[in-house]
Amino acid sequence: MELNQLTIHELKEKLRSGATTAEEITASSFARIEAVEKDVHAYITLMKETAFAEAKRADEAIKKGEGGLLAGIPIALKDIACTKGTLTTCGSRMLSNFVPPYDAAVIEKLREAGAVFTGKTNMDEFAMGSSTETSFYGTSRNPWDLERIPGGSSGGSAAAVAADECIAAIGSDTGGSIRQPAALCGIVGMKPTYGRVSRYGLIAFASSLDQIGPFTKDVEDCALMMNVLSGYDRRDSTSADQEVPDYRQFLGKGIAGWKVGIPKEYFVGGLDPEVEEAVRGAIKTIEEAGAQCVEVSLPHTEYCLAVYYIVAPAEASSNLARYDGVKYGFRFPEGRDLLDMYKKTRSAGFGNEVKRRIMIGTYALSSGYYDAYYKKASQVRSLIKRDFDEAFKTCDALLTPTTPTPAFRIGEKTDDPMQMYLSDLFTISTNLAGIPGISVPCGYSASGLPIGVQFLAGHFQEGRLLQIASEYEKHAQIEKRRPNL
Amino acid sequence: MNFEPVIGLEVHAQLLTDTKIFCDCSTKFGAEPNSHTCPVCLGMPGVLPVLNKKVVDFLLKMAMATNCKINRESSFARKNYFYPDLPKGYQISQYAEPPVEHGWIDIETEGGKKRIGITRIHMEEDAGKLIHDENSPASYVDLNRTGVPLIEIVGDPDLRSAEEAAAYLRRIHEILVYLEICDGNMEEGSFRCDANISLRPVGQKEFGTRTELKNMNSFRNVQRALEYEIKRQQYLLESGGVVVQETRLWDDAAGVTKSMRSKEEAHDYRYFPEPDLVPIVVDDEWQDEIRRAMPELPLEKRERFSSEYQLSAYDAGVLTQSRALADYFEEVARLSGQPKAAANWVMGDILRFLNDEKKTVGECPVSPANLAAMIRLIQEGTISGKMAKDISEAMYKTGGTPEEIIKEKGLVQITDGDALAATLSAILAKNPGQVAQYQSGKEKLFGFFVGQAMKATGGKANPQMLNDLLKKMLAKH
Ligand SMILES: [Zn+2]
Repeated sequence: MELNQLTIHELKEKLRSGATTAEEITASSFARIEAVEKDVHAYITLMKETAFAEAKRADEAIKKGEGGLLAGIPIALKDIACTKGTLTTCGSRMLSNFVPPYDAAVIEKLREAGAVFTGKTNMDEFAMGSSTETSFYGTSRNPWDLERIPGGSSGGSAAAVAADECIAAIGSDTGGSIRQPAALCGIVGMKPTYGRVSRYGLIAFASSLDQIGPFTKDVEDCALMMNVLSGYDRRDSTSADQEVPDYRQFLGKGIAGWKVGIPKEYFVGGLDPEVEEAVRGAIKTIEEAGAQCVEVSLPHTEYCLAVYYIVAPAEASSNLARYDGVKYGFRFPEGRDLLDMYKKTRSAGFGNEVKRRIMIGTYALSSGYYDAYYKKASQVRSLIKRDFDEAFKTCDALLTPTTPTPAFRIGEKTDDPMQMYLSDLFTISTNLAGIPGISVPCGYSASGLPIGVQFLAGHFQEGRLLQIASEYEKHAQIEKRRPNL
Repeated sequence: MNFEPVIGLEVHAQLLTDTKIFCDCSTKFGAEPNSHTCPVCLGMPGVLPVLNKKVVDFLLKMAMATNCKINRESSFARKNYFYPDLPKGYQISQYAEPPVEHGWIDIETEGGKKRIGITRIHMEEDAGKLIHDENSPASYVDLNRTGVPLIEIVGDPDLRSAEEAAAYLRRIHEILVYLEICDGNMEEGSFRCDANISLRPVGQKEFGTRTELKNMNSFRNVQRALEYEIKRQQYLLESGGVVVQETRLWDDAAGVTKSMRSKEEAHDYRYFPEPDLVPIVVDDEWQDEIRRAMPELPLEKRERFSSEYQLSAYDAGVLTQSRALADYFEEVARLSGQPKAAANWVMGDILRFLNDEKKTVGECPVSPANLAAMIRLIQEGTISGKMAKDISEAMYKTGGTPEEIIKEKGLVQITDGDALAATLSAILAKNPGQVAQYQSGKEKLFGFFVGQAMKATGGKANPQMLNDLLKKMLAKH
C-alpha cells in the first residue's frame, strides 16, 4: 500500500515509530495528485510549496516528540474556507481573485494540529448544488466512474479523499453537502451539530444551516478530525460554549441495548432499489451488533425540501449581497453608473444556480411575500425540529439512507433543478434541525458505485454517532475496494 | 379650517463606546480613511459579527432614563439594500423584536409639562462614508464609520408644534449627553434627527398623509424645517391640494424643504432575523447592574438644586446644563459651605472665562478646591469682593491657589485699626474744606473720603472697618 492510501491513524502510527516521515507522506499524496488530478479535477488550487514546508516543520516537531494531532497529515480544504494568503474562490468567478488576509477558525485549528494542506478543493459555486457541476472551475469527477458526478457541493473534497489525493479533507454541509458526496464517493463524512464547529471564515451560503465537517477514510479518522475541528470560538456568536469530549473514546464501545429509529418517511417513492437493499442490510447489521431497530415517524419530512428551498436561498440572497464589485473580488470593467456596475458585475460574476437562488430568496423575503414564505418556512422548521426531539426521546440514534440514488451521470440533472434538489432529500432535515449526521459506506451497486448509510443523533451527540458508526463499520465489514483510476 | 400638526421624531444617536458594535475596531473620529477597519466591519467573506456588550449597557441606560420597558429577549435583523458605503449589502439592525419600548419623557411647553411617548429604542450599526472627488468622476469609500454603534430612538407622534418638537429633541439630547453615552454633536452627525409630520383638522382622530423630513443638522434647522413644512402642508390642504407621502430634504440655505426623488424611496428592505447573531437576553442581574450605575438625570438634578441649595429655577437650570458643570458647582458648594456664593461665582466669573475661551468646565484651570478657598477668604474678611475678582482671574490664568496669588500680589486686606486711622487722619488733614462741607450736611462727600482711603491703601482696606472708622473720625472733627 502506498502511504497516500492509508488512514490518519495508520500514518500517525508510522510517523511515531519512525517508519516514515511527513515529507514522504506529502510526496506520496502529491505524486498521486499528479497522476490522477487531470481525470478527477478535485482541486481548484494546489498548495504544493507550502505543503512541503509544513511537512518539514511537522517532521521536526515529531522528532522532538511534539506535533499536534494531525502532524504531517495531508489534508485538503474545501475552497469555501478562507486561507490567509491563498486564493479562496468559493467556486465562483466572483471571488476568482480573492486572497483572504485571514484564516478561517478551522484552518487555524488544523494548522495548530500540524496538518499539511494539499490544496483548495473544487465545489459547487458558493456551495449551491449537489454535483459540483455549478463550479466556475468546471466539474469534478467521481473517482469510481469518471462519467459521474462526485456529489456536491463538497464534491472536490470527497473526490480527493476517495482518489487518495489527500488523507482527509474538510467540507461544509448546508443541506447535505458533506454526507451526500461522502456517500457517492464511498467515504465517511460528518456534519456536526450546528454550533459545534466555528463558522468564522467559512464563506456563508445559508448562515443558519452551514456547518463545517470532515471527510475521512474511516470512522476512527472522523473522530480524530472532530477532535481537531470542534470547540467554542468567540468570533462566531452561534458557536456553542460546550465542552468537547475526546471523540475517540466512543469508538468500539458497542451499541448493545440501543434503540435505533428507522424513519418510515425515508423509505418511500424515489428511493433506488439498490440503495434500499443496501440500507436494509445496514439495519440488519445494526441489529446483529446488539441494537433494536424500531420504526419511527418524522411526520413533517415531506415539507423539508420546501422549507429548505425557502430558508437557504433567503439567507443566501442576503449573504451574497456583499459581492458587488466595490471592495474586492471580480468587477465588471465597464458600467455607466453605480447601478449599472452592480448589475454587470453580478450578472457576469455569478453562475445560473446562484442567480436562481438569489432570485428565489429575494422573492421569499420581499414585502407582501415574507409571511407566506419565509415566516411560514421558519414555523414549519420548528415543527421539523420537534419531530426529531420527539424521536430522540425514545431512540438513541436514527438510521436512514444518505442519498436516494448512487452517483448520477454528469449533465444528467443540470437542466432540471428540481431533480437535482431531490438528491439532498434525506440530508436536508438534519440541517434544518441543527442535529449531527454521519454518512458511512454500506455497500456497492451492481455497477460498482458506492452507497452510504446515514446515522443521526440529537444535538451535540457526535460521540454517540461515532459510537454507532464505528460499530456498524466493524460489523458490516464492507468490502474495501478502491476506485480504479 | 383649523389644522393641527402631528409630529413624531426619530433620533439616531452615535454611542460613545471605544470599539465598534460588532468588532474590536476603534470608533475614534477623524482618523485616516479606512484605518479603523478589519475584515469584520469590512464585511469580507466568511467573517461574523460579535456583539459588543457595552452597546447594550448604553442602550439600557437610555431605556431607564426614558422610562422604557426593557424586554428580556430581543434579536437582530438584517436590513438589505445596496450602497457602496454598506460593505455587507445589509445593515444589522433590530426590527421585529425591539429590546426596549413603551417609554416617555416630560417636556416643558407653554401650557406646562407635557408627556411625550417613546415607541421604541433599538441598536444598529452605522454605514460608511462616500467621498466624492470634485475634480474627476470618481468616488471613494471610507469605512471607518461602518459598525459604529447607533441607537435609534423612535418617538410617538405626540408632538403638536415645531416648538414642542424642538423641546423634545433638546430633552433627548440632554439625557444622552448626561448619561455620557453620546457626545451629542449634531455637526459631526453623532446626533441626527428625522421627522414625520402630517396635518389634520382639529378634532379629527385619523392622521393625515405624512412626509418625512431629513437633513436637519441643528436644533434650529429642525424647528425651521417643521415650521416650513407645517405651512406648506396647510397651504396645500387649504387650497384643495393633497399632501404626497414622500421624503423631503431640508435646504438650509433656501429655508425650504425639497422633495427627494421618489425612486430612492421605493425600498423593500427585506428584513429577516440575523442568523449570525444569537438573541440578546437581558436578565434582572444585568438590569440591576445598570440601574446601580445610573447617574442623576438633569431634571432630577435641577429640582434637587432648587430645594437643596435654595437656588432659583434659572440658576439651577444654568448649573445643570452639563453634568460636569453641575459636579463642579456641587464640589465648590460642598468645600466652601456656601452654595449661594458658589453658584454666583461659578455662573459669573468661571462661566464667563470659559465661554470667552470656548472651553468646557472639564478644562477649567480653577479647581473647585481653589474657588472654594477663595469664597472662604471672602467670608472670613481676609479679602474683599473686589479683590476676589482679581484673584479669580489670576487663578484662571495661573491655576494657582488663592493664597499663592494673595501673597504674590500682596493683596491681604488691611484690618489693622491703627494703621487705617493714621491713613484717614492724613486724608482728613489734607482736605479740610471737604471735611467742613461734610460736617455742614453734605453727606455725599463720605464716598469721596472712602475713595481717597482706598486709593491710599491700594484697595486693601477692609471696607466695613474703613466705613466705621471714617464715620467716627468725621463725627469727632
Ligand atoms: Zn472592525
